Amino acid sequence: MKNNIRVALVGNPNTGKSTLFNILTGLNQKIGNFPGVTVDKKTGFCTLPDGRTAEIIDLPGTYSIYPKSKDESIVFSVLADKSKGMVPDLVVVILDASNLKRNLLLYTQIADLKIPVVVALNMIDVSEKAGIKINIDLFAKKLGVPVVPISARKNTGIDKLKSAIAFANSVPLQQDTIDIESIAPGIIAQIKGEMQVENPYVALQLAHQHETLSYLSATESDRIEQLEQEHAFHSQKAQATETVARYNFINDLLYDTVTKPETAHDETVSNKIDKILTHKVFGFVIFFAILLFIFQAIFSWSAYPMSLIEDLFIWLQAGAAKVLPAGPLSSLIIDGVLAGLSGVLVFIPQIAILFALISILEDTGYMSRVTFMMDKVMRKVGLNGKSVVPLIGGFACAVPSIMSTRTIENWKDRMITIMVTPLVACSARLPVYTLLIALVVPNRNVWWIFNLQGLALTAMYVLSIFSAVIVAFVMKFILKARERGYFIMELPVYRMPRWKNVIFTMYDRSKTFVLQAGKVIIAVSVILWVLKSYGPGDRFAQIDKQYAQPQYTKTMTPDSLTKVIASEKLENSYAGVFGHVIEPVIKPLGFDWKIGIALISSFAAREVFVGTMATIYSVEGDADKLQSVQEKMHEAKNPETGEPVFTLAVAFSLMMFYAFAMQCASTVAVVYRETKDWRWPAAQFAYMTMLAYTASFIVYHWLK
Amino acid sequence: MRLSQLEVGETGIVKEFTDLEMSVKLMEMGCLPGEEVRISRIAPLGDPIAISVSGYQLSLRRFEASTIILQ
Repeated sequence: MKNNIRVALVGNPNTGKSTLFNILTGLNQKIGNFPGVTVDKKTGFCTLPDGRTAEIIDLPGTYSIYPKSKDESIVFSVLADKSKGMVPDLVVVILDASNLKRNLLLYTQIADLKIPVVVALNMIDVSEKAGIKINIDLFAKKLGVPVVPISARKNTGIDKLKSAIAFANSVPLQQDTIDIESIAPGIIAQIKGEMQVENPYVALQLAHQHETLSYLSATESDRIEQLEQEHAFHSQKAQATETVARYNFINDLLYDTVTKPETAHDETVSNKIDKILTHKVFGFVIFFAILLFIFQAIFSWSAYPMSLIEDLFIWLQAGAAKVLPAGPLSSLIIDGVLAGLSGVLVFIPQIAILFALISILEDTGYMSRVTFMMDKVMRKVGLNGKSVVPLIGGFACAVPSIMSTRTIENWKDRMITIMVTPLVACSARLPVYTLLIALVVPNRNVWWIFNLQGLALTAMYVLSIFSAVIVAFVMKFILKARERGYFIMELPVYRMPRWKNVIFTMYDRSKTFVLQAGKVIIAVSVILWVLKSYGPGDRFAQIDKQYAQPQYTKTMTPDSLTKVIASEKLENSYAGVFGHVIEPVIKPLGFDWKIGIALISSFAAREVFVGTMATIYSVEGDADKLQSVQEKMHEAKNPETGEPVFTLAVAFSLMMFYAFAMQCASTVAVVYRETKDWRWPAAQFAYMTMLAYTASFIVYHWLK
Repeated sequence: MRLSQLEVGETGIVKEFTDLEMSVKLMEMGCLPGEEVRISRIAPLGDPIAISVSGYQLSLRRFEASTIILQ
């Protein structure tokens, strides 16, 4: 077997890096994690013209090797950490040919790490159209590396790039860009000597980044800290000196190799679009229209696939019931595993649609305009323009949305966004709201066009946004900022969305959701099944015995007898016992022990509510038979007073509880994963439960 | 004169920065002494602003713009 090589893709954001990655690797890619950090590691394989296979690693897009966000910090680690054997044999640096100056900064930094480099000059077609002339031979000669003009979107130049990768030298031949040792001579020399680092730029980066680099040991990091003191090393001043030196190099290079058209050409298309989309009035009108469209799409387009998935699972459950012998195992598979799986998969259409739309908005460049327009408002409440995306995503599911907060550089803004995103009315709350609203709100129109039930549902959604904003505002004063916030962001030119990317994002996010949320929901469904199927002592046996007596078997139909036994067993199961235990706590909210069971089981996932209600009110069949659950709940009477259980006050109190409580084990897990500290999910769980209890209490007593 | 004092469409040349931390971030993004900057637009609510620099569009808050001193 020939030697295979490892290639890393590096480049600025918006340079077409992921498009190139997709072209090189095709669908032959997988997403993993970099060891020790929660940054997605995309790798794929590509066959080179000489028959070898290249393993391609897509590193997060960054403007500089100095990291500004969690994702970006991985770039230097991968390129410099020799201990894990992850260092690539070759780096392909992607430069946007229409925006060379800023793109070259990262190139000069990577080149100075002295790893073999190939430059892919992307969007060469765009730059030619704009009249930019690049002397590619001279450019390559001055840098000392192969330079391949390509257009990833038009799929040109890719074969040449593959040959360049195949025939690249295994030793770095690039020219030095700047004199690194002169930036901080003392400390660089000492780090090189003490830590066995050969490369002066790696040594300098260790001095800059030692506090955040996970591959350094504590003693190494402390030693560097000590050296910083000794040599009076000032990180920001050193970086400023370095950056100025690099741009001097870049300006000289571009002066010799690139000519731009003299006359400032006409207003660009992008600029014209911006005039409308960021207009004082139309800007917001269009944004809200797009939001409205997204909601419409989430709910109406997903209705059909969702009912298909539900039907599929009903069919599977029925089939399994026929095939499997009756007993605890088949019950576990049907009511535990399959029910759990169906609860997860049913949300895929909504999540896929939402993230497809968000990815279109991001791909075209519109999302950064939304960030631009909303930053001032969001900042007032302690958030950041970039919090808009996770908050919108929260309407589908908090799990992928919380993962998308990684793009927020500022620690405090990111934490607040993570803390409030689960308040946004996610799609798992929808079946709960629908059921309860249908139960107590009359289905009639007011003011001709507004349906009362629709208004109530809209109110719940508006409430969720308001509560997120208010909580964010409060947290702004509680959390202490670790660093100063800033908002220095590129506004990329508008482009047509790349449909392959859209489909890939859709697939990727849905997969994340299934894997992240799925594991937890299925595990909890199984636990719940155990709690519901078994009871303390011999209570179950006694129930069986009691209903085996002739006065029951003779007078009742077998069907209704099974139902009665099932609901009797539920009351005496561990879950039922729990329900009774917590009844005193939830009584002030208007809930009885039956609702208590539903509340407890909903802490796994909210949508379990409907299913649990169906079991408690012993409805034959499955959770999808909303109508019959609703009827049973409607008829449910309080045994003490004889009044209906689900009054307006109880239903709204319940909705308040579901609106605020952190009833989602997957979100707790993902918050832990993203913050690496149990105190965050714990604090979130605590504040949300408190908020839920208070809101329910107030609403119940107000409406009672 | 500071960058934040320019109106839409006006240009200036960056001279220096008043804030070291901001300057490092701005310089990385190609906004460094000697570069010509032009205000391309202002967000609907008056903040942030978008400037064109080094051949692309960069958005920054008014406060950040006020740390940039023009020639």
